[in-house]
Amino acid sequence: MIDKEQIKHVASLAKLEFSDEEFDEFAEKFQETIKMEDMLTHIDTKGVEPTTNLSTRTTTFREDVAQKEQSRELLMKNVPEEKDGLIKVPSILDTEGDN
Amino acid sequence: MDYFTHSIEELHTMLVNKDITVEQLVTTTFDNIENTDKKINAFITLNKEAATKAAKELDEKGIDEDNLLSGIPVAIKDNILTKELKTTAGSKMLENFVPVYDATVMEKLHNDGAINVGKLNMDEFAMGSSSETSHYGNVHNPWDLNKVPGGSSGGSAAAVAAGEVIATLGTDTGGSVRQPAAFNGVYGFKPSYGRVSRWGVIAFSSSLDQVGILSKRVKDAAAVLTSISGEDDKDYTSAQVEVPNFVKELSSDMTGKKIAVPSEFMGEGINEDIKEVIKNALNEFEKMGATIETVSLPDIKNAVPTYFILASSEASSNLQRFDGIRYGFRASDVKNLEDVFVKTRSEGFGEEVKRRLMLGTFALSAGYYDAYFKKAAQVRTLINQEIANVFEKYDYIMGPTTPTTAFNIGAKIDDPVTMYMNDMLTIPANMAGVPAASIPAGTVDGMPVGLQIIGQRFNDQSVLDASYAYEQANKFYENKPSMKGDN
Repeated sequence: MIDKEQIKHVASLAKLEFSDEEFDEFAEKFQETIKMEDMLTHIDTKGVEPTTNLSTRTTTFREDVAQKEQSRELLMKNVPEEKDGLIKVPSILDTEGDN
Repeated sequence: MDYFTHSIEELHTMLVNKDITVEQLVTTTFDNIENTDKKINAFITLNKEAATKAAKELDEKGIDEDNLLSGIPVAIKDNILTKELKTTAGSKMLENFVPVYDATVMEKLHNDGAINVGKLNMDEFAMGSSSETSHYGNVHNPWDLNKVPGGSSGGSAAAVAAGEVIATLGTDTGGSVRQPAAFNGVYGFKPSYGRVSRWGVIAFSSSLDQVGILSKRVKDAAAVLTSISGEDDKDYTSAQVEVPNFVKELSSDMTGKKIAVPSEFMGEGINEDIKEVIKNALNEFEKMGATIETVSLPDIKNAVPTYFILASSEASSNLQRFDGIRYGFRASDVKNLEDVFVKTRSEGFGEEVKRRLMLGTFALSAGYYDAYFKKAAQVRTLINQEIANVFEKYDYIMGPTTPTTAFNIGAKIDDPVTMYMNDMLTIPANMAGVPAASIPAGTVDGMPVGLQIIGQRFNDQSVLDASYAYEQANKFYENKPSMKGDN
């Protein structure tokens, strides 16, 4: 079982936050989900290799030829905020109403 | 133009004979969508201007008589990137996102002359089994508007069922093509993992995701599959296997084919009336000269919890890119960069997506990795071995696609674990990367039931063949949904 403090820790790792009102309901459902997952703990998997992908090929190399890539203009098309052709972000340090 | 009566082949003949122009076909398609979709809400975005322009150009140039898809209108699930056409993945996060390039499957469809009429509603980031997690409203099941169309490709299935379009693309990570196909009484095909490029498909779970097809008729799906298949330099997981012409190779000869029916597919938790419909369907295969045997796949009961760990873990990694910096939604009222990440993701993602990101982050986090992620990856191996063992002796695994028929809108959305159980019969094919289809087999209380046909990896043709054979025996496509109910 996962407790509420752990759930808050996972939220910080996932870069998510929950308001106090939504947290209790979310935590309850999340605990239900984890309970379902605990079914797996009883399965004997000693010596079983994990499967993490189904790719059928090994590393391959393409010919080293020049390719036309997307232009800067295109790449900037969906940027939420830009200035002088650069992506604008708030300062990394807290600026408290001064951005 | 509604698409209840024609197949792609018939439309192609009409276009070749100039009984109808591509422009007329496209125009009447939009007229019908605008009328019908008020009830269904299958579409998020219509591609009217570009589609009409493409139709005119094709009429001037003349359609390609050797290509079944030339001039045929299709529609696309909204997690497949379409150049210059909004692509939302059903999420607020991508409400204003306009891709600057096409997914490989779109390039291929365009090259074959297919015309994209619009983008289809879906569960947010393909996470859901009812299309209720969409930011763009519920999709309604054409057989009963009070019921869900399934998910996550709910719009893709409902649009075909309602006669809005003849074929659509969906994606299938744990059953997201086959389950809505079953709920809507249409055909749904999930190719072998690696058959179709995932380039330009908004990633959910990269080791499970595969683009699939929904259509009324099997041959129509075969035509679309022939178009979108093939190795792609841009997707390392696309397989180096030959692409046959799935239409020309179609065969309905089931003589001597061996079909395995897992007792787990016909056991506890599966609606009794559905089992009856499936037994009748299996009898049809027997009449066609196939043999049916019951097998046991005990590890399959672990498929749902295994899937939710693996898919959510991959999603928690794949969806890290949604940070509010380069594209998509960005929260306002932020004080620093960390705020941009946290507030953007907390306001931009819906509840189900957050639950999966949390589950995946938890399963990959220090101290829990071995007990959850690694454990699930090991159980996946056990499930895949079980399936491989069956395919050493049998050509097909068959059974129901879903444990129940479509349920009422709102009935399960507050209970995630019950909702997840919808996918218990479809997940195994994704785990093993094998091709699988759902074909309508009948109805229970007026709602469609799907027969699931699973084949050997890269023998997609065999799954199409069995589907084609069964389609001719049962002709479910002659049924039309009622479009009744409150909306």
